[in-house]
Amino acid sequence: MRNKEISIFRRIDWITVCIYLALVLIGWFNIFAAVYNEEASMITDMTEKYGKQMIWIITAFALATVILLIDSKMYFTFSYFFYAFVIGLLLVVYALAPEVNGARAWLEIGSFRLQAGEFAKLATSLAVAHYMSRYGVKITQFKNWIMVAIIMLIPMAIIILQNDTGTALVFSAFMLMFYREGMPGWILGVAVYMVLLFSFSVIFAFSSVAVAIAILSIIVFILFAKYQKLPTKYSILVALAFALPWAIIRFFNLQLPAYAAYLAAMALLFIPAMVYIYKKRSTILFYLYFIALGSFAFSYSVEYVFHNVLGEHQRSRLYVFFGMKSDPLGLEFNVNQSKIAIGSGDFFGKGFLNGTQTKNNFVPEQSTDFIFCTIGEEWGFVGATVVIALFIALFLRILFLAERQRSRFSRIYGYLVVSILFFHFMVNVGMTIGIMPVIGIPLPFFSYGGSSLWSFTMLVFIFLKLDADRDLLIQ
Amino acid sequence: MDLKFRRIIVSTVFVVVALLFVGRLFYIQVIDDSYKLSALNNSRRFVVKHPARGLIYDRNRKLIVANDAAYDLMVVYGQVKNLDTIQLLDILQIDKHLFFKEMQKAAENKYRPYPVVKQISVQTASRLQEKLHNFPGFFTQVRTVRSYPHKCGALVLGYISEVTKTDIDADNYYEQGDYVGKIGIERVYERYLRGQKGGAYLVVDVKGRVKGPLEEGAHDRPSVLGKDLITTLDIKLQEYGEKLMQNKTGSIVAIEPKTGEVLALISSPTFDPNLMVGQSINTNYAKFATDPNKPLYNRALQGDRYPPGSTFKIVNALVALQEGIITPSYSVGCQQGYYAGGIHVGCHSHPSPLNLVQSIQMSCNAYYCNVFRAILDADKYGTVRHAYDIWRSHVHSMGLGAPLGIDLPSERPGNIPKPEYYDKYYGKNRWKSLTIVSLSIGQGEICMTPLQMANCAAIIANRGYYYTPHVVREVIDTAMDNTFKKKHVTHFNPEIFTPIIQGMYSVVQGESGSTARVAAIPGINIGGKTGTAQNPHGKDHSIFMAFAPIEDPKIAIAVYVENAGFGATFGAPIASLMIEQYLTDTIKRPWLETRMLETNLIHKPTLASHEKQRN
Repeated sequence: MRNKEISIFRRIDWITVCIYLALVLIGWFNIFAAVYNEEASMITDMTEKYGKQMIWIITAFALATVILLIDSKMYFTFSYFFYAFVIGLLLVVYALAPEVNGARAWLEIGSFRLQAGEFAKLATSLAVAHYMSRYGVKITQFKNWIMVAIIMLIPMAIIILQNDTGTALVFSAFMLMFYREGMPGWILGVAVYMVLLFSFSVIFAFSSVAVAIAILSIIVFILFAKYQKLPTKYSILVALAFALPWAIIRFFNLQLPAYAAYLAAMALLFIPAMVYIYKKRSTILFYLYFIALGSFAFSYSVEYVFHNVLGEHQRSRLYVFFGMKSDPLGLEFNVNQSKIAIGSGDFFGKGFLNGTQTKNNFVPEQSTDFIFCTIGEEWGFVGATVVIALFIALFLRILFLAERQRSRFSRIYGYLVVSILFFHFMVNVGMTIGIMPVIGIPLPFFSYGGSSLWSFTMLVFIFLKLDADRDLLIQ
Repeated sequence: MDLKFRRIIVSTVFVVVALLFVGRLFYIQVIDDSYKLSALNNSRRFVVKHPARGLIYDRNRKLIVANDAAYDLMVVYGQVKNLDTIQLLDILQIDKHLFFKEMQKAAENKYRPYPVVKQISVQTASRLQEKLHNFPGFFTQVRTVRSYPHKCGALVLGYISEVTKTDIDADNYYEQGDYVGKIGIERVYERYLRGQKGGAYLVVDVKGRVKGPLEEGAHDRPSVLGKDLITTLDIKLQEYGEKLMQNKTGSIVAIEPKTGEVLALISSPTFDPNLMVGQSINTNYAKFATDPNKPLYNRALQGDRYPPGSTFKIVNALVALQEGIITPSYSVGCQQGYYAGGIHVGCHSHPSPLNLVQSIQMSCNAYYCNVFRAILDADKYGTVRHAYDIWRSHVHSMGLGAPLGIDLPSERPGNIPKPEYYDKYYGKNRWKSLTIVSLSIGQGEICMTPLQMANCAAIIANRGYYYTPHVVREVIDTAMDNTFKKKHVTHFNPEIFTPIIQGMYSVVQGESGSTARVAAIPGINIGGKTGTAQNPHGKDHSIFMAFAPIEDPKIAIAVYVENAGFGATFGAPIASLMIEQYLTDTIKRPWLETRMLETNLIHKPTLASHEKQRN
């Protein structure tokens, strides 16, 4: 036993640890730079954010050490207990937490603020990995899939109730792991398609989006017909089925709702499609038909969802992101200032502590969600690229580690770790450079805050512990 | 394995996203420069330092235009919290709608200070200062406003007001919110008075809070104070003239003949220049601009619809003497007027016949009809048209028919018609000396501004030359060009002025029959000439031009009182009182002064004069 405890520090993947250390330390210096002003004290001053972050970093290191010393089997064994505990914590937070920035996600214990949602990602990852690694569980089986969905949806629902939608959205990253574990690729494709369809439906009127869907449907059917070696006349008939009702409504100037033409087209196609599906046992056409129908319905319902399901601030964030509403001093202001800060960095940056934009509070949340601005402004293109490279190196390394696991639990958990980290990275950096909507989630290891640093540290180091013990963990 | 291959796809997604980010970063950081510019504008602010405007003194170094402190109420909209509008408006005493309109403008940039109420008086500002802690986001900023301790000279001194778009377009020195001289000296000497704006670059944060100077103030520019002016005005005389002209329409211009320095330039009705400062300027300007008595119209320079009347006889006498048409002994008989070719120019009763000196003394119309026709019909010129050209060139040499070039804006030329005008009106060669005989007595088409008339008096006083009248003697510490040092010599020989001056002496100091004995001041010899100009719009204008003392002229003056009757009724007494005031600094004829002060020729007291009295 003693031997094993000593050797954990030999068996651990030091490459990951080094990248982790590099990111955390760069993050700390950048928090100092973001908060820095002329009368700033030492970087270790506990009353300032950078001083507090130092405490978080030291405690995170201690936490990492403890994690490495705990028996790796414990993570598997106690994952459901941990999950249950975090769900309980989320409920307590929801019941007790005061509102901060419109969200009730922080539990205040003295001067210490705990964001339970950060730990929900970890707990849910462990629980999902535990469930999916059980013998015979397959993501492609419907009842298993429902179980996984329930495990994910419970924390997501509570977090959404806490009005912390950003954190809840992180769970969508689990898709990457599902994909790796055998979820059909087209589901990922459909998910991407849905996101695009949603975006277009917000930006453009239903009538234009519907025309696009119709044209797309015809093209896909033509490809399908080619693949199935069907005669060309089928394609022509499908095209006519879409074109005729549309043309008739246009030509006679009928006062019908916008969806009428497409509903008519889908109705015309229903019987021939069903006959073909039945005769040829063609599941592909079955899916194609319902995806087309679903697309029309989805696009049409987006407006309803947009105005009735989404909250006001989410709506305006999307509006601003899609460029439909200009609000230079509100939300757009944040993104603009962020872009200005990064854009003014030039190739080599302005140098450490020389940022003018981040230093004088132009960039909002500059030590938390917009920490990447400080990097972009003070370290320039070179610094920002180095940070992005470090993140990608970390992700690829974890992918590599996950693939060498012998236990499904470890591999699934590893994929969840990298998925969560990647989602945070993509949304956060994308937001600061204006190619993602403003979703307030932290940049892993960089953003100021104990909860997020601790949870990311735990996320990574539990995986490193599992990896170190990969020869022991076979199940 | 199939599923293991999916790791490659996931990795590819990571790398593609990373490359996308790097590409985007390269674009906004290295390629697109607009962000760098925005960053500069964002984080530094140029704070303009307005220098105090130059002060203006009169010829005796009395301060006539001063700077008072006033306050602008500034607001940073983003910092306003729980605004108690009722309390604030109660202190400021301004219109609610105006205030909200300005607040809306302030809201356009939440983080920049915006002057929501400009030029608050010191009293209001001090009351406001006590309560300012109740209004977060608001603060006051000191500015200077003009003040006029003598409450006179509004149109000469001018006023300043906020620049318009036209001002900004014309001179990029100005920015929105700057002040610029609009009329008078303030406008003409704007470049000297305004000084040079300076400024400091400050580093600011997103809320506009100043973090300190940029690079220790290395790029700051100090402001340069406006230059002080010494005018030629005698403010006491100006003040007195305005008082004499109260409730009358017209103008007084007084010039020091030896230098062309304008001692007083009065246009009536006028107003207290203190009404055109601070917040009151907008309402008062509108009032003055719509006042039927036109207080903003500077009659001294712009009144070029003024026929000179009999004062112009002097000019005709000079031309005739210079051209050798007459000698001082030339005599004309007059039986209550001049009759020729069906034309009758009336005259009052006086002894007859008269020689040149007497013709001036008695202001005989028939004499000048004869003289004028004698000039135009003289054989030596060949044609009337040629003779008229000669006559006109002599008249021109006295600065008539064109602006004199005073250093004040909007000076009008008056009118000495070109021969082409008569060609057009009567037909070429269809007009004769008799056609335009009314020019002989200063009627008809000719017009001159009161300034030109005063300048004529100066020419006579100087016996033949003048300096361009001007109101500014010196811009402190600044070399001036020599425009006003240049002597303009007229076409007339000095000796021909002797009988003219003798005649003008008799007008005031002569025996009975002299037209302006009322103007006589014991101990001071005045040369003067009355004028009574007919005008189609009502009662005659009362005119007087004079200079004194005859032996060593120190003041030349023209007085023009609209619709006041004979020149001797108002013009002469007012000119005389002005001369007495200027030369002796006392008034020994209070009865005359009282009569002038109490006369109200504007039946309804004008708004402007009303305002003035209230002040």
